[in-house]
Amino acid sequence: MSVSFQLNGKTVSAKAEADTPLLWVIRDELGLTGTKYGCGAALCGACTVQLNGQAVRSCSITLQSVAGQKVTTIESMGVDNKHPLQVAWIKHDVPQCGYCQSGQLMSAQALLATNKNPTDAEIDAAMSGNVCRCGTYSRIKAAIKDAAQVMRSA
Amino acid sequence: MTLTFNRNKTSANPSATNSDTQVELSRRSLLKASAVTAGGLLMGVSLSLGKDAEAAALLHTPNAWVHIADNNTITLISARSEMGQGVYTSMPMLIAEELNVDLKKIKVSFAPPDAKTYGNPLLGGPQLTGGSTSVRDGWEKLRVAGAQVREMLLSAASAKWGVPVSQLTAKDGVVTGPGNKQATYGQLAEAASKLPVPEKPFIKDPKDFKIVGKSTPRLDTPAKTNGTAEFGIDVVLPGMVYAALEQCPVIGGTVKSVDDSVAKKMPGVQSVVQIPDGVAVVANTWWRANQARKALKIVWDEGVGAKLDSKAMMDATKSASVSGKSLGMVSAGKPLDVIAASKQVHKAEYTTPLLSHSPLEPMNFTAHFKNGKVQLIGPTQWQDGAQGTVANILGIKPEDVSLRTTFLGGGFGRRIDLDFIVQAAQISKAVNKPVKLLWSREDDMTHDFYRPMSVNTLVAATDAEGKPSALTHRVTSQSITGRLFGLPADVADPFMVEALESPYKIPATQYDQVKYDAGVRVGYWRSVSHLMNTFANESFIDELAKKANADPVAYRLALLNDKPRFVNVLKTATERAGWGKPLANGRALGVAIMEGYDTFMAQVAEVSMLEDGSVKVHKVTVAADLGYMVNPDTVQAQIQSSVVFGMGAALMQEITVANGRIQQTNFNQFPLVRMNQSPVFDITLVRSTEKPGGIGEPATALISPAIANAVASLTGKRVRQLPMTANAIKSA
Repeated sequence: MSVSFQLNGKTVSAKAEADTPLLWVIRDELGLTGTKYGCGAALCGACTVQLNGQAVRSCSITLQSVAGQKVTTIESMGVDNKHPLQVAWIKHDVPQCGYCQSGQLMSAQALLATNKNPTDAEIDAAMSGNVCRCGTYSRIKAAIKDAAQVMRSA
Repeated sequence: MTLTFNRNKTSANPSATNSDTQVELSRRSLLKASAVTAGGLLMGVSLSLGKDAEAAALLHTPNAWVHIADNNTITLISARSEMGQGVYTSMPMLIAEELNVDLKKIKVSFAPPDAKTYGNPLLGGPQLTGGSTSVRDGWEKLRVAGAQVREMLLSAASAKWGVPVSQLTAKDGVVTGPGNKQATYGQLAEAASKLPVPEKPFIKDPKDFKIVGKSTPRLDTPAKTNGTAEFGIDVVLPGMVYAALEQCPVIGGTVKSVDDSVAKKMPGVQSVVQIPDGVAVVANTWWRANQARKALKIVWDEGVGAKLDSKAMMDATKSASVSGKSLGMVSAGKPLDVIAASKQVHKAEYTTPLLSHSPLEPMNFTAHFKNGKVQLIGPTQWQDGAQGTVANILGIKPEDVSLRTTFLGGGFGRRIDLDFIVQAAQISKAVNKPVKLLWSREDDMTHDFYRPMSVNTLVAATDAEGKPSALTHRVTSQSITGRLFGLPADVADPFMVEALESPYKIPATQYDQVKYDAGVRVGYWRSVSHLMNTFANESFIDELAKKANADPVAYRLALLNDKPRFVNVLKTATERAGWGKPLANGRALGVAIMEGYDTFMAQVAEVSMLEDGSVKVHKVTVAADLGYMVNPDTVQAQIQSSVVFGMGAALMQEITVANGRIQQTNFNQFPLVRMNQSPVFDITLVRSTEKPGGIGEPATALISPAIANAVASLTGKRVRQLPMTANAIKSA
C-alpha cells in the first residue's frame, strides 16, 4: 500500500503506514528535512507546511489524509532565497537558532496568500501558532510587513 | 581551596578589572580542583587547563583557526557552538578583522573536540559554549590568531619575492607587493604554514576596525531561511537506523524487567536494546521506533526520586534558608547590629520554581560505533566533554571518539549535559549500526536538568531618609556546579551568587548562600542565578523606595553616584521609556538594573493588566553598556531574545513534580511566549571602549523584576514569586 500526493508540485508516493503523521513521511521517507519536529501535538508550529495553501501542522495530520492533495514545504521557496519572504528574513536577520524558521515562513506565506496587507493584529493571529524559543518575533513581524509591501508592488 | 566571590564585582570603576580577574580565577580554580563528573560518571577529560590554556591559546598554529586551501578557499574555525547567539558570525569576524578577508567569501567550520586548542579559559578550560563567554574569551585570542596568519602570509611572500614585509600588504585574500606582484593567500599558505608562529603579532587599535563593531549580516541566515541548515535531527548516515528511548518516568529510576514481545513485532522494528538509562527501540524510521516504544511493558525500580514533590521541595528549601549552613559569606560593616538596632526594618522573601530549558529541537544525537571507534554527530555545547565521557563509558580512548557539531536548535544550557549523547553511543554499540536517537518533546520536558528552585531572603534597615543603612541577602538553592562538576557540598558555589550583591551604596552588607539539594537534577539555565538574585534585589529596592515614598528611579540614582556605567544605562532607559510622563490609561512602568557577564543593563517594562488578571507587557526599553561589541545587530537580537525568554519565566512557566514525576509534558502545560505576547522593543546600546561583556544571557534576568515592579506600581500588589500568573498576583 502506498499513498500518493503532490509535494512541492511533484507527485510522490509514500509507503509508510497510512496513519503516520505527514511530518515523518516528509522528513524520514521522502528526505526533505527542512520541516522540523518540535512537539508532536500541534502546539509549536515547527512542523508547519501548507496543505492546499493553508498552513497546517504536519505532525498532527496523517499520510492518508493528504492523499491526492497538494503539500508545500519550505523547500518550495527555493535554495536561492529569492522569495520576497526569504529576502525580508535575510534583510532583518530574523533567525537565531533557526529551528522554527521553516515553520514561521510557511505560516507567513499562507497568511500573505490571502491577506496582502495584514495589520499587526492579523499577523499576531496568523503567527501565534508558531513559537520561537529564541524570541525573534519582533523581527518576524517586521519581515512579514516588508515582504507584504514588496509582494503588493510586484 | 578558598572560593569567594569578590564583593567589588559590580563596581563600575575601571579599577574593578582586578577584582573581575579574581572572580574568574576563583571559578577556574574551582573547576580545576573539583572532581570532574557528569551524571555521576567519571569523565575522561581534563577541565583544569587554567592559565596555561589562555597562554597556549595565543600560540596556536595558524591551522587551528584558519584553514587556507590552495584554491584560496578560506575556512575560519568557530570553537563555540552556534545555538542562536551568533558565534557562527562573530567568531569569524574577529579572525577576519586581522586576516583581512571578506566575510562573504569565507567558510565557517565548527572545531573538533580539542580542549587544549579550543578550550574556554573563562570557564576553566573545557571546550564549552556557555556563560556568555564566547566574545569575551575570543576578543583578543581570535584577533591574534588572525594576525598571526596574516604575518605568516606576508613573511612567506617576502621570502618568495625577496621584498621586505614593510612593502607588502595583505588584503581581501591577496598579498600585494611592489610592481603589482600578487599572490593569493592560497598560493602562499603552504610556505606560510612552515614558518614559526609569531607570538606577538601586530593587532589593530580598535579605532581602525573595519569589520568588528559593525552590524554584519549573520553568515548562517541564508541556510536558516531555506531549510538547508543542518541540525542534529537532520543528520543522515548511510545505513542509519532510528532509536526512541523509554526512560523511567521518575528520573534516575532503572529497569527491573522488560517485556518487548509486542514491540518487537511492530512494523519496521529491528531490535530492542536495554541501556542504563532505559529501553531503546531501534527501527527503520523514528515514528515506527516511537510507536513500538509505547508497546514496551517495563517494570521500573523508581529509586529514591519516586517520593519527590515540588511543594515539599520548596518547603524544605525555605526551611534550609533559615537553618541551613551558611557558605561563602561576604560582609562589610556590621549589618546585623545595624538591623537589630534599627526601628525601620524591612524583610522579604522571593521564590522561583523549577524550569525546563525546552529548546525547540528536542535532545538528539547520531552515533556510529564501529571497530572500537565512535563517530558522533549532533548538537552539543560541550565538545570535549562529549568525547571524554563517551570514551570513558564505552571503555575506549578519547582519540577514538570523533565528533562533528551541527547547528543547535537552541541550547540555553541544556546541551551542556551529555546524557543523550552517551545514550546514542550505547545504542549504536548495541546494534552495531549508525543510530540517530531522538527524544520526543515529552521525553525532553520530563528528563531535563531543571533550573533549580530558589529562595532569596533579604533584610534591610533604613535610615531617617529611608535609605538603606544595612542589608543582608541570602540565596538558598541547589548547586548545579556540585551536580555537574563535583563541587564539594561544603564549598560555596560561585554560580549561585551571580549578581547577589546589591549594586547600591549601602554602608553595611552581608551576602551568603545556603546550598540545599532538593532532589531533582538541576542544570545551568540561561542567566543561571542572575535571574533569581536580580528578581530579589531589584524587587526589594523598589519596595524600599516605596516605603521611603520615593520615586524608584531617583531612589536608585541616589545610591549609585559612584557607578557611572549604571547611572548611564538607568538614565538612558528610563528617559527613553518616558519615566515620569503620562502613560496610556491602565499602564505602568517598572524598572530594573543589573551587572552580569561584565555587561551593565537597565530595563523598563510597560505593562497593563488583562481582564483575566494576567499581565500584558506592551513595551520593553533596554539600555546596555557591554563595552566593545563585535556585531551590534546580534547584540540587539540577543537582548530581544533574552527578554522574551525571560518573560516566559516571569509570567507563565513552572515545572512541578508529584510522585517523582515531572507534571508538565508539552507546551500546553509549559507555555512559551508567543508572538501576540511579545513586546515592542526600544534598545539603546551604549558606545563604549570598555572590555567586552557577554550578551547571550543578562537581559533574561532583568525582565522579571521590571515586570514585578510595574505590577506593584499599577495594582499595589507586590508579587514575590515567579511565575507572576493571574493567580499569583491575585493572592499577593
